[in-house]
Amino acid sequence: MGRSLKKGPYADPKLLEKIRGMNSRNEKKAIKTWSRRSTIFPDFIGHTFLVHDGRKHIPIFVTENMVGHKLGEFAVTRLFRGHSGQQVERRSGIK
Amino acid sequence: MARIAGVDLPRDKRIEYALTYIYGIGLPSARKIIEQAGIDVNTRVRDLTEAESARVREILEREFRVEGDLRREFQLSIRRLMEIGCYRGIRHRRGLPVRGQRSKTNARTRKGPKRTVAGKKKVKK
Repeated sequence: MGRSLKKGPYADPKLLEKIRGMNSRNEKKAIKTWSRRSTIFPDFIGHTFLVHDGRKHIPIFVTENMVGHKLGEFAVTRLFRGHSGQQVERRSGIK
Repeated sequence: MARIAGVDLPRDKRIEYALTYIYGIGLPSARKIIEQAGIDVNTRVRDLTEAESARVREILEREFRVEGDLRREFQLSIRRLMEIGCYRGIRHRRGLPVRGQRSKTNARTRKGPKRTVAGKKKVKK
């Protein structure tokens, strides 16, 4: 068992509080957050988060198999538009 | 001829090592199986009795996921990562290293053979 497992999952208390409140009121509203380090808890399923990527907030709709990942994993922080003078890139359409 | 877990039939080797020819079985698991089945480590595959190979088969069936099943499991977990659109999934889609290695240079295993970019200047003196 790794040390991080011993310590248990972490999510910003503020965020948790907000979600729990919304769940008890049966409310669905996008939550703006900078807390990329928060683990996605099962309570988060079905909510939309606006996760900060350093510049803007990216909407992320949380589904069941995202549980256990961190919010930040879904908002990519690096913007790469390709090298200058790069030929038309063949886009492989893997979703 | 020993045919265990589908198509694997290594011969002439000691079972310990022969079992590692099965996808998903390395030396440690091979040794565990042998111990559980109560087979002498030094027996060669061709000298295995029917009863012994039956026991090996049974243990494999019960406790290990091997070959196709295991490969499928890997594929499913990768697909899951790609579908949820997380960072690791994106790296898989792009065919770039997933675990934070540098990709400015190296990473050839993931990126495949070099594709030289046209118009790139030679290194200056």
